[in-house]
Amino acid sequence: MRKLLVDYSLCNGCGRCEIVCSKAFYKEENMKKSAIRIFSNSYGGYHGQYRLAVCDQCGVCARMCTPMALNVDAHGVWKIDKSKCVGCLICIGECERGFIYYHDDLPTPFKCIACGLCARACPTGALRLSE
Amino acid sequence: MKSEIHLLAGQHQQLTEYKYKPKAIYRGYNNRSLHIDLSSMTIKEKQISREIKEKFTGGRGFGLYYLWQAVTPQTHWDDPENEIVIAHGPISGITQYPGAGKSLVCSISPLTHLPIDSNVGGHFGPFLKFSGFDALELQGKAGNDVIIFIDGNEHLIRIMTAPREAIDSHILVEQLSEMYAIDKDDKSNIAIVSSGTAAANSNIGMLNFSFWDKRRGCVRLKQAGRGGIGRVFRDKHIKAIICCFRGVNGDLNNPADKRLINAAGLRLHKEVANCDHLQNNMRKIGTANIIEVMDQYDLLPCYNYQYGSDPKTQKISSKVFIEKYVTQGVPDGCWYGCSLSCSKAVDNFLLRTGPYSGQRVCVDGPEYENAAGLGANTGTFDPDWILEANFYCDTYGLDTISMGTMTAFAMECFNRGIITLKHTGGLDLTWGNGESLCELMHQMSRGEGFGMIVGRGIREMKRIFVEEYGADKAFLEDIGMEQKGLEYSEYLMKESLAQQGGYALCNKGPQHDEAWLIFMDIVNNQMPTFEDKAEALYYFPLFRTWFGLLGMCKLPWNDITPADNKYSDDPSKVPGHIRNYRQVFEGVTGKPIDDDDILKMSDRVYTFQRVFILRMGSGQRCHDKPPYRSLGPVTKEEYLSRQPRYDKQLKEKVGFDINGIEERIAALRHWREQQFEKLVDAVYKRRGWTPNGIPKLQKLEELGIDFPEVVSVVKPYLQAEGFWPDYAE
Repeated sequence: MRKLLVDYSLCNGCGRCEIVCSKAFYKEENMKKSAIRIFSNSYGGYHGQYRLAVCDQCGVCARMCTPMALNVDAHGVWKIDKSKCVGCLICIGECERGFIYYHDDLPTPFKCIACGLCARACPTGALRLSE
Repeated sequence: MKSEIHLLAGQHQQLTEYKYKPKAIYRGYNNRSLHIDLSSMTIKEKQISREIKEKFTGGRGFGLYYLWQAVTPQTHWDDPENEIVIAHGPISGITQYPGAGKSLVCSISPLTHLPIDSNVGGHFGPFLKFSGFDALELQGKAGNDVIIFIDGNEHLIRIMTAPREAIDSHILVEQLSEMYAIDKDDKSNIAIVSSGTAAANSNIGMLNFSFWDKRRGCVRLKQAGRGGIGRVFRDKHIKAIICCFRGVNGDLNNPADKRLINAAGLRLHKEVANCDHLQNNMRKIGTANIIEVMDQYDLLPCYNYQYGSDPKTQKISSKVFIEKYVTQGVPDGCWYGCSLSCSKAVDNFLLRTGPYSGQRVCVDGPEYENAAGLGANTGTFDPDWILEANFYCDTYGLDTISMGTMTAFAMECFNRGIITLKHTGGLDLTWGNGESLCELMHQMSRGEGFGMIVGRGIREMKRIFVEEYGADKAFLEDIGMEQKGLEYSEYLMKESLAQQGGYALCNKGPQHDEAWLIFMDIVNNQMPTFEDKAEALYYFPLFRTWFGLLGMCKLPWNDITPADNKYSDDPSKVPGHIRNYRQVFEGVTGKPIDDDDILKMSDRVYTFQRVFILRMGSGQRCHDKPPYRSLGPVTKEEYLSRQPRYDKQLKEKVGFDINGIEERIAALRHWREQQFEKLVDAVYKRRGWTPNGIPKLQKLEELGIDFPEVVSVVKPYLQAEGFWPDYAE
């Protein structure tokens, strides 16, 4: 199963992953259009200073998708088929951990498809693509 | 299947075709409606003016407005000028907020002979909107069965003869989906309105609005059930209306501010995901979650509303349907974006009777009303018969609520010996005979037998039983649960004065969608005084009407509530959700509104509807009189079933002890009827109506609906009552 693995303790909060992601998919540097988000870890503790919110490909989001726009590919990655998605945002409500995102400018929500671009750009090794 | 469909389509003969210009929706409105005259086969567009939008908003408002224009006070339901108007509303079709795909259907009802409105899910309403129209008027009558095809992408409308297709909805809709879809995936882009064989023979005919269930790979049907509109549909020789639209997305309403819609939608999606399993379990069993709750509070109508509970209810509890019947874990929204997902279904259900006996089918349901009406109210505490009856009601085009209440009435008459096997043609209508319940429907479908009498509705049954079978008129008036000609829906209102008013003071007839106050009154005791009840009977019918103006579903308003709702100022109104609705309305239309605006929008349409029913010969105080069984115990058995409660009420409220059950029943009746009349006084006053139930001129002026044709309807009544103001002379 392909997914992004996160080592929180290594994240320095530089934001390169957010930029790479939004540039790759929406052609702009806009962290609000990134499928990976960095939050400051208000709880502190052993994870480190930052929390990275990115899909772990659990697939729960798909169970209430009426148009069946969320489907899993051969690598175990859940993808939103934009031609089928009607922009209802139910999948966002279903994801308990808030790993699916939307932007008011965009017709459909978006999520991590484990492309690995952010992992390659990460200067600290906090992100790694597992196959 | 393809070759069979090809053969069916080959029989079509095109009668007319109409091309229209594409036009983008602006802030929820097309500002255009579609009028089809089936007598002359003419199709035309009408512009919707700013004034009409301001006064009537959309949905039920547009439906009643167009219907008023189409008919005269003399129009009968089967006159060609009677219309079926299908309208959605400005919010309809958004995908981000749950419950935004409703259509409202209005027509002159064969049951009540008055304007009726019925709301329904399915994809037709939004598709009609995306195709370019805010309302569809169907007038006239075709010579032979026709289908109407609206292609929302090609901007084309065709009317064709359709001699060979099935009439029963579960087959017809599959045939037409196959015929008009390019491939299986494309079936999602087809929405169909249809009825069924029994609708042509019964006053309780309804309309099915379809949607394609992608996961199940079959069509699903939602019902515009109340008031017999299916009979009007079949009388016009319409077999089906097909609307095809490809390219649904959340932005098609061209909303003023999508941010507001998205934010409100997400709040509710998360609330549903987090709270539904802790609240009503709508995702698992839909509205049927309350079967055993109603029984527990003595509110489930059993044996024609005689009793409010029965030990056998456990056999039809929601738990039974969840564990043994209703498919779990699939999204069952009847329009995109409904995370509440209450449109449940039973898959692979094996039919035991009728023309489809031996076949396995998908049953849309059971909803609470079906289980209570077809089940408990007829004494049929058997899930298999409930589902069989549910299925046949749907495919034959019959309203499950009226069917349940009518059958319960016929069964009580049979069990009391008022009618016998001689009258029923040998049909055994003993309580709980599910097979006979279904046979009545099969007879309606075939157009024969006692089913044809039952299918005329309780008001007609009462007349026939009295005039032809020598039944006691007064007793039948007491136990026949209809008012204005419409059968009651399925709540036992006998011990709730507020709900008695909620039913009896409905414009269209006793239907709970206007005022469902039974829980607030009985369970939570939130309305102790007449004024409290009158306020609730002012507020809730108006607030609930608003959903029908917008194309929204009421269930996501209060069948899920914010986790902190109980700490809000008025939990019964669910203020957090009202805030969502205000936000969504502004997001789509660009107009900010407050709570008073909501009530005023509704009050215009609600009061207009009251004047409309007055125009059609009803709408006075005498027409709001309910059957006594809705107020109290008619029979000794009913009294005895709640004797401690009734004895206590007599002692405390009436003030003396009485010997003899008959005397107690009479004394209680006298007191309860007085109470009801006091309630009517208080409600009419709060609504701005006269003691005879006529909207005052000042009220019409305040609402801005003092159109000359509206004022001319109320004027003679106001003059007769001395309420016609001097300044209007």
